[in-house]
Amino acid sequence: MYNYTVFDKDFVATRAAQFRDQVQRRIEGTLTEDEFKPLRLMNGLYLLLHAYMLRVAIPYGTLNSQQMRALADIADKWDKGYAHFSTRQNVQFHWPKLRDVPDILEALAAVHMHAIQTSGACIRSVTADHFAGAAADELSDPRPTAELVRQWSTDHPEFAFLPRKFKIAVSGSPQDRAVTKFHDIGLRLVQDATGAPGYEVSVGGGLGRTPMVGKVLRGFLPRADLLPYLEAILQVYNLIGRRDNKYKARIKITLHEHGLEDIRQQVEASFSLQRARFDGTDQDILARIEADFMLPAYKTAPISAFERQLANDPSFRAFSETNLHPHKNPDYAIVTVSLKAHGATPGDASSAQMRVLAEIAARWSHDELRVSHEQNIILPHVHKGDLPEVYKALQAAGLATANIGLISDLIACPGMDYCDLATARSTIVAQSIALRFEALKQEHTIGPLKIKISGCINACGHHHAGHIGILGLEKAGVESYQITLGGDGSQNATIGKPTGKGFSSDEIVPAIERLIEAYLLLRHSASEAFLTTYRRLGPAPFKAALYSAKERKNEL
Amino acid sequence: MPQFSAPQILTANDLLSGEVVYHTKTGAWSCRHKDAAIFDQPNPAADCLKEIIQNDASVVSPYLVRALPMHFREAFRAAGPSNRFIGKQAGHT
Repeated sequence: MYNYTVFDKDFVATRAAQFRDQVQRRIEGTLTEDEFKPLRLMNGLYLLLHAYMLRVAIPYGTLNSQQMRALADIADKWDKGYAHFSTRQNVQFHWPKLRDVPDILEALAAVHMHAIQTSGACIRSVTADHFAGAAADELSDPRPTAELVRQWSTDHPEFAFLPRKFKIAVSGSPQDRAVTKFHDIGLRLVQDATGAPGYEVSVGGGLGRTPMVGKVLRGFLPRADLLPYLEAILQVYNLIGRRDNKYKARIKITLHEHGLEDIRQQVEASFSLQRARFDGTDQDILARIEADFMLPAYKTAPISAFERQLANDPSFRAFSETNLHPHKNPDYAIVTVSLKAHGATPGDASSAQMRVLAEIAARWSHDELRVSHEQNIILPHVHKGDLPEVYKALQAAGLATANIGLISDLIACPGMDYCDLATARSTIVAQSIALRFEALKQEHTIGPLKIKISGCINACGHHHAGHIGILGLEKAGVESYQITLGGDGSQNATIGKPTGKGFSSDEIVPAIERLIEAYLLLRHSASEAFLTTYRRLGPAPFKAALYSAKERKNEL
Repeated sequence: MPQFSAPQILTANDLLSGEVVYHTKTGAWSCRHKDAAIFDQPNPAADCLKEIIQNDASVVSPYLVRALPMHFREAFRAAGPSNRFIGKQAGHT
């Protein structure tokens, strides 16, 4: 993991102290809310429906046991005993008091954490593949690049007031688990024909009210050119990105309006000027960062305990089938811990659960944890021989739900239960779907399926990228849920297509059930996943399952 | 300004706690929806909101909202989240 330098420590401590002063001035009345709001947002402090919300950055989703314990302590001391892990690999506290926030920031700084770049029209906290540095299929660990981008982007004076927020994601595997194509910039670590390392750079992806798949601006960017090239993209966007309409201010709209070729020419022109300004210091820093991300010292030990448990314990076998992912060391596994126990709020963990996760990470996962954008926690380096003990510890904490990649492993934004932007609830739909299919005992029969739910058009729940997406809206004073089908957040990024009219909160779960019944009848075999069947047949048979013939005729 | 179509109440979030609060007849703020003063006429409601925006630093984002029927967003604000028993409905602040 990246180790904070003296500079980093001073920086986050100074920011916490500055915010303490700003909060004090707000309480005394020398700062108005209009003056204070941008300052609190720069420190991740929002005001939502019921209370303030503090969004804490977990850059590229990586944290250690000490940090997880500190988050649990914050949840107990200054919040309501739980935290919400978000689709941005961040963590949110939904009930802090204004006076306490400076203390919380200080407690975060003490464990090398902060809430910077979690709001505002700046380059946001960088995200990455949650299996980074561990996955068997990985070409190269994306985290050193992500950390370099974090250092470059934090408090970058030129890009502090962009037209809109700006999100960068990095992936080092052919299997894109970081949803790079739906980010303002998506970086994929690749090699050229000679084996030299570099990046495929995509630009202009995004979800929200105008979903777009990112377009490749450079198929291969040499590794040493990364920062000057990013600088060039941001400069062009900063100059020509629209500031007249916030709904047209993201770079995806800039790209759409100007065209890929025009943007490419402008970026290349800017890049040729920027390149000379970088003298290699950034590459020296990258080399130092890489030293912090060396592989852990894997142990050599028998895995017989794992094999015995697999043979003897059906529940452990079910857990192993869904929640383990191949590790680059064949004696190790990546464990995904589901924060989606049936009926639970996706992404929520109690402080007790967070401490258990910290303890497990310290004992059995080389002190590392990850937060996935799918709102689960990852134990990236678990020796297979330790898995029975890890499973037992997870079970005792209610964290051993064997549902990763299945219908109940759905993601959902906080929705109207918390968010002031939301137009409908999302977590209640997630909970109801999970409980319904658990009652039907169907989720293993259904197989791989990603349902993603957003409580408004801003799409924090990534509904456009869901195999089944659900968008909560308000219609005539009640909640209405629109279904999209065929979305995909992987390297085959696809935007889901709306099926037709929405469903009320009472109708949405039965509607999903009809979709699933149709899929089970239509699929070629049990090995044909929902998305494959959908792609083979198109939307018609699924619409027929959702709507009556009359409703479908009215849609035409 | 939107047309004044029904009796309204004035609500905001408390500056220090962020909690949902309601403007009462005495001019104080209450964390209980049932204490909210109801404005039957548009002018006093608008005047009261203006006064609070200008002079009351104890709350954030004050606004007028239809008293009844309560919009579902306001129902969640008045009770707390529906996904867990927490907030006002649980007697927490």
